[in-house]
Amino acid sequence: MELQTLIYIFVGGTFLLYIGIAIWARASTTGEFYVAGKGIHPVANGMATAADWMSAASFISMAGLIAFNGYDASVYLMGWTGGYVLLAMLLAPYLRKFGKFTVPEFIGERYYSKTARIVAVICLIVASLTYVIGQMKGVGVAFGRFLEVDFETGVLVGMGIVFIYAVLGGMKGITYTQIAQYCVLIFAYTIPAVFISLNLTGNPLPQIGLGSELIDKSGFLLDRLDQTITDLGFSKYTDQKGTTLNMVLLTMSLMIGTAGLPHVIIRFFTVPKVRDARASAGWALLFIAILYTTAPAVGSMARFNLTNTIQSGQVGDPQGNLVYAQAPSWFKNWEKTGLLKFEDKNGDGRIQYYNDKNEEFAKKADGFGWKGNEMVKVDRDIMVLANPEISNLPFWVIALVAAGGLAAALSTAAGLLLAISSSISHDLLKGVFMPDISEKKELMAGRLAMAGAIAVAGYLGMNPPGFAAQVVALAFGLAASSIFPALMMGIFYKKMNNTGAVFGMLAGLGSTLVYIFIYKGWFFIPGSNNLPNTADNWLFGIQPESFGAVGALINFAVAIVICKLTKAPPEHIQHLVEDIRVPKGASAASSH
Amino acid sequence: MNNSANEYWKANLRLVSILLVIWFVVSFLFGIILVDLLNTIRIGGIGMGFWFAQQGSIFTFLILIFVYAIKMNALDRKFNVHEDEERK
Repeated sequence: MELQTLIYIFVGGTFLLYIGIAIWARASTTGEFYVAGKGIHPVANGMATAADWMSAASFISMAGLIAFNGYDASVYLMGWTGGYVLLAMLLAPYLRKFGKFTVPEFIGERYYSKTARIVAVICLIVASLTYVIGQMKGVGVAFGRFLEVDFETGVLVGMGIVFIYAVLGGMKGITYTQIAQYCVLIFAYTIPAVFISLNLTGNPLPQIGLGSELIDKSGFLLDRLDQTITDLGFSKYTDQKGTTLNMVLLTMSLMIGTAGLPHVIIRFFTVPKVRDARASAGWALLFIAILYTTAPAVGSMARFNLTNTIQSGQVGDPQGNLVYAQAPSWFKNWEKTGLLKFEDKNGDGRIQYYNDKNEEFAKKADGFGWKGNEMVKVDRDIMVLANPEISNLPFWVIALVAAGGLAAALSTAAGLLLAISSSISHDLLKGVFMPDISEKKELMAGRLAMAGAIAVAGYLGMNPPGFAAQVVALAFGLAASSIFPALMMGIFYKKMNNTGAVFGMLAGLGSTLVYIFIYKGWFFIPGSNNLPNTADNWLFGIQPESFGAVGALINFAVAIVICKLTKAPPEHIQHLVEDIRVPKGASAASSH
Repeated sequence: MNNSANEYWKANLRLVSILLVIWFVVSFLFGIILVDLLNTIRIGGIGMGFWFAQQGSIFTFLILIFVYAIKMNALDRKFNVHEDEERK
């Protein structure tokens, strides 16, 4: 069967499945709409959390990020998984015991202050909205590549699908579709990885393949990779390139940012019991780890394959480079999409792929008659998208990867949209403006807020602000410096009062924003930065992306100092904290 | 807070502190700060520092969460603060 037909069948089939689930899992109460009635089994919730968490970026871009950054990309692997340890031990069980619907609701009640609740809503909406733009873009790109429709149509179709199951089913519909989406995406990711690992190392487990010897007995994979790319002037794959301080701080920022992201936290409100929340975090990390421990193998193996395909013989040998006219069909296919771009600079009809920024090697290459790197564009996304073709896998695997990429983007978008719409209908509307609203009307408001959020996200996906790529760092920085410390002190520091918490959040948020803006421009407007974004200008050499951890520290410090100077929280709040610290008496879904 | 609840909370904090020390050691210490030192030890074709940074830390995180869940459930029972048995 033709590849394009297969892709339509796979993608169409998964979409029918998602819509079927949406009709089956309609929400009829606010409890079902916000937290799936708190009746989700911990393993099922773990799976849904994994799909919620792993976005188009994890699925499509991460392996490529590792392929081109080698060891330095470890910060993402550790940062985006280590956060679950913090979530499981410091937040999830206690927030589940508290037993309400949203993150700002906890902050508002714990700090007995509507101001605190509104500040939390603002942090949540900024963090989630910036994230969802990237997802919508991912949906558009995936559709564009696989279904050969244009970007806008792709985003519109994606919006339509999310609309059906998120508006109808709320958290309940989203949870069950996310479980289906997890299954699709994990098969799509691991099957090509198993084949590529078998081809290169003879070991079907990519995690073991990473440390194995190559099948032609020429040495270990990582040693050969280091050798191959350093021969072409690139830096060693396994060596550290950034500073240790920045690696530590970025890892920490990503970890506490992960633990503080509201769309992840609210997933733990859906399980029946406190002990389910603890176990569920483990299951979530297990399902995430299947992809996250496969990615380093995919990254290194894909880089190895790509480099060796182009540099097929000795470096410097005139016959050693791939003849462009004989390039494999995947090369031509992906050239059409613009992800690969070749320019025959020295006119020899062969492809030279090397690091011409490395002056020493560039001189040597000049001696070979090379006139600069001819692979002028190698998009990192190619590492996952073209993987099945590079390994000569059957067409159905390619179709599966298409469905997997879409599942990853849609599941994350839906989770984020729910976090946004529930904070609007529950925290702002019911919590602040219309406390007497009936449940039926609140449910309707929730659906409307969801529809509105989808429209805004779709619009921003089609017209992304110029800073779309940079805001991801901002989302993590915000969650790390504002939400996480407020939640943690709310549970572990009984005497923390409203003034301390509000000032702490504002100080953490403010310092992180200012630090990012100083180097990246105020509100990311190009040219409005006060200092050039280079290492010598950074405070203590800290890059803006890594500042979230420092912002969190500022939050803690300011909150504690102000708390000591102001009045202790009232007796009933201290009792509330004592109550959430013990599992006994956790109630089912309660709105108040 | 009464005495037993106090004891329960202290036991909880002790457990979490131990687990978070391990969390810190495998990721920040083994994976980043001591990476060069550990890379001198190789198992198969992979240096241990690199392995902890890209594989080992994630496996350890996983074990830590399940150990936490099991130990906390036991603590809940010991101090009689566990939830009712039947599932809804």
